[in-house]
Amino acid sequence: MTHEAETIISVQDVHKWYGDFHALRGINMEVKRREVIVIFGPSGSGKSTFIRTINRLEEHQRGKIIVDGIELSHDVRNIEQIRMETGMVFQQFNLFPHLTVLQNITLAPIQVRKWTKQKAEEIAMQLLERVGIPEQAHKYPGQLSGGQQQRVAIARSLAMQPKIMLFDEPTSALDPEMIKEVLDVMIELAKSGMTMLVVTHEMGFARAVADRMFFFDQGQIVESGTPDEIFKSPKEERTKLFLSQILSH
Amino acid sequence: MANIDNVLPPLTERSTILRWLRKNLFGSWLDSLLTVVGLLIVYWAVKGFLTWAFTVAEWRVISANLRLLMIGQYPIEQVGRLWLWLAFLAFLAGNSFGIWARRSWLAVGVLALPAVLALVFPFEGSARNWLLALTVIGAAGWLGGWTKPEVLKRSVIVGWVIALPVIILLTHGFSESTTGFWTVARTNLWGGLLLTFLLTVVAILFSFPLGVLLALGRRSELPVVRWFSVLYIELVRGVPLITILFMAQLMLPLFLPQGMTIDRVLRAMVGITLFSAAYLAENVRGGLQAIPKGQYEAAQALGLSGAQTMIFIILPQALRLVIPILVGQFIAVFKDTALVAIVGLLDLVGIAKTVLAQPEFLGLQREVYVFVSLVYWVLSYGMSYLSQRLEERLGVGKR
Ligand SMILES: Nc1ncnc2c1ncn2[C@@H]1O[C@H](COP(=O)(O)OP(=O)(O)OP(=O)(O)O)[C@@H](O)[C@H]1O
Ligand SMILES: [Mg+2]
Repeated sequence: MTHEAETIISVQDVHKWYGDFHALRGINMEVKRREVIVIFGPSGSGKSTFIRTINRLEEHQRGKIIVDGIELSHDVRNIEQIRMETGMVFQQFNLFPHLTVLQNITLAPIQVRKWTKQKAEEIAMQLLERVGIPEQAHKYPGQLSGGQQQRVAIARSLAMQPKIMLFDEPTSALDPEMIKEVLDVMIELAKSGMTMLVVTHEMGFARAVADRMFFFDQGQIVESGTPDEIFKSPKEERTKLFLSQILSH
Repeated sequence: MANIDNVLPPLTERSTILRWLRKNLFGSWLDSLLTVVGLLIVYWAVKGFLTWAFTVAEWRVISANLRLLMIGQYPIEQVGRLWLWLAFLAFLAGNSFGIWARRSWLAVGVLALPAVLALVFPFEGSARNWLLALTVIGAAGWLGGWTKPEVLKRSVIVGWVIALPVIILLTHGFSESTTGFWTVARTNLWGGLLLTFLLTVVAILFSFPLGVLLALGRRSELPVVRWFSVLYIELVRGVPLITILFMAQLMLPLFLPQGMTIDRVLRAMVGITLFSAAYLAENVRGGLQAIPKGQYEAAQALGLSGAQTMIFIILPQALRLVIPILVGQFIAVFKDTALVAIVGLLDLVGIAKTVLAQPEFLGLQREVYVFVSLVYWVLSYGMSYLSQRLEERLGVGKR
């Protein structure tokens, strides 16, 4: 079981500025293999910025980020390496509209991992089974519902066989009746042992599978703890206030 | 009263046409007046033209010079080489239709076109036979593509890729001996529609990748690349094509070492290509700007490299968005090639001028230029029509 306790993401005193605006102010976080982390906080608090520094969609200006033993630096090879090991799911799905569902999923494995088309398609079909929409394989993204598109996006990330999955508000662009089908896929993924960082305000999801939760405000981590600690006895006033706002809905 | 409406028969087509006429052409006094005046003008112009075309015009100037207008002074002995590549193209086109556009009237139209031309226009005997043969060869290709699409797909694509080199090689020839089928035909003998076609095809095929590179360069993060692209695009777009052609013909020799010459046709091709690339770059840039940032991010997050992201994700979407504009640009290139006549090349327009310089055809400008315009119009419209069909096809499943 020592394997499980191994740190896979280590974030040390990370700062990020957009021009003069100090968006991340000294973030520290250690994530262990198989852990599920939920990040929440008010709009503009830096949640997206933070999660996007982990696969270098945003560059940080101070501090250290180490993913699976590789430090993020200007070295392009390190960035490529880390992007191969992390999958990301976006609020707006960002599927490729000119490719079929199957092509969306197989493109990166074929081009980046250099798998044969046959192998990539086999694995893609298994993943589509897993997210529950194998019959949509030959459609284009525009022909699917939002919930189906997001499940394709998850399958597309998983096809690269990442060790870590990053989710940035994966359900907040969805109609309410489609949220559950996406959360179910994510819960199944969490239970299968995937390391996950999830920015979300779906507190049901946090209760069900999160190991730890981080509350962000104004570019800082204000409070962190297990779901029990956060929901039952939050220490900070800001956390209490924010939780009461989102839970009252 | 409402009951009466219910029992009236449904609108017939006739009555909708009447309604349309009434609404659009005779809606008010002023509308009616404009319509009547407009009709009178059209009637007068069309009548004038038709009267001229069928009673006054001396079309013999076209039939007597048809060969000149089509291929200029291209040597008679080697004309078979042109028919060879036309046959190659007909076969490829037939194959492609058979594979990708099975049941389309368009295919029938394109493949039947040579035969129709042969029957309608006064081509000489061997040309007529070759035209008929093109349709037969095209039909054979179509049948082949239809019956064995999977086997042929690859070779058809290869065929299109090597088409331009094949055309150039066959047109140019390669044997140094003074007579014979494969003897080199110097480019100063290339003329008429043949030259217009070659200038257009070369300019389009080379300016397209160049334009894409310039468009990417203009968005590059490397300042040198970006500034070079911007400078190039703005410089070229700021001058008329004719000045570039003059520079290529008159200035370039000044910079070349003594005794070294570059073929005049080649210089014109380069000039038009460089010119058109700047415009294409701006068109492509428009398409690139329309692609949301999320597409880049998703591709990066999957580990695709910058080049892979461009090739597989961004360019296919961006280019699809600008197909109509690109085709407009290609048609403009086709028509712009006519400017080479001013620097002394004998393209369709240049040849027309030499035809008119012959004493026996003096004063027949109208016939010749009406014919030349007709050729330009038919080919331009053909390109535009084909592109519309292409858009319809590519539109499937888009967002
Ligand atoms: N590209 C950018 N340029 C300038 N400022 C930015 C940029 N991206 C984000 N910001 C600013 O950084 C701050 C943090 O943004 P971020 O998107 O990380 O917030 P968030 O917590 O994800 O909010 P939300 O819940 O609205 O998604 C915000 O104030 C935002 O305005
Ligand atoms: Mg956000």
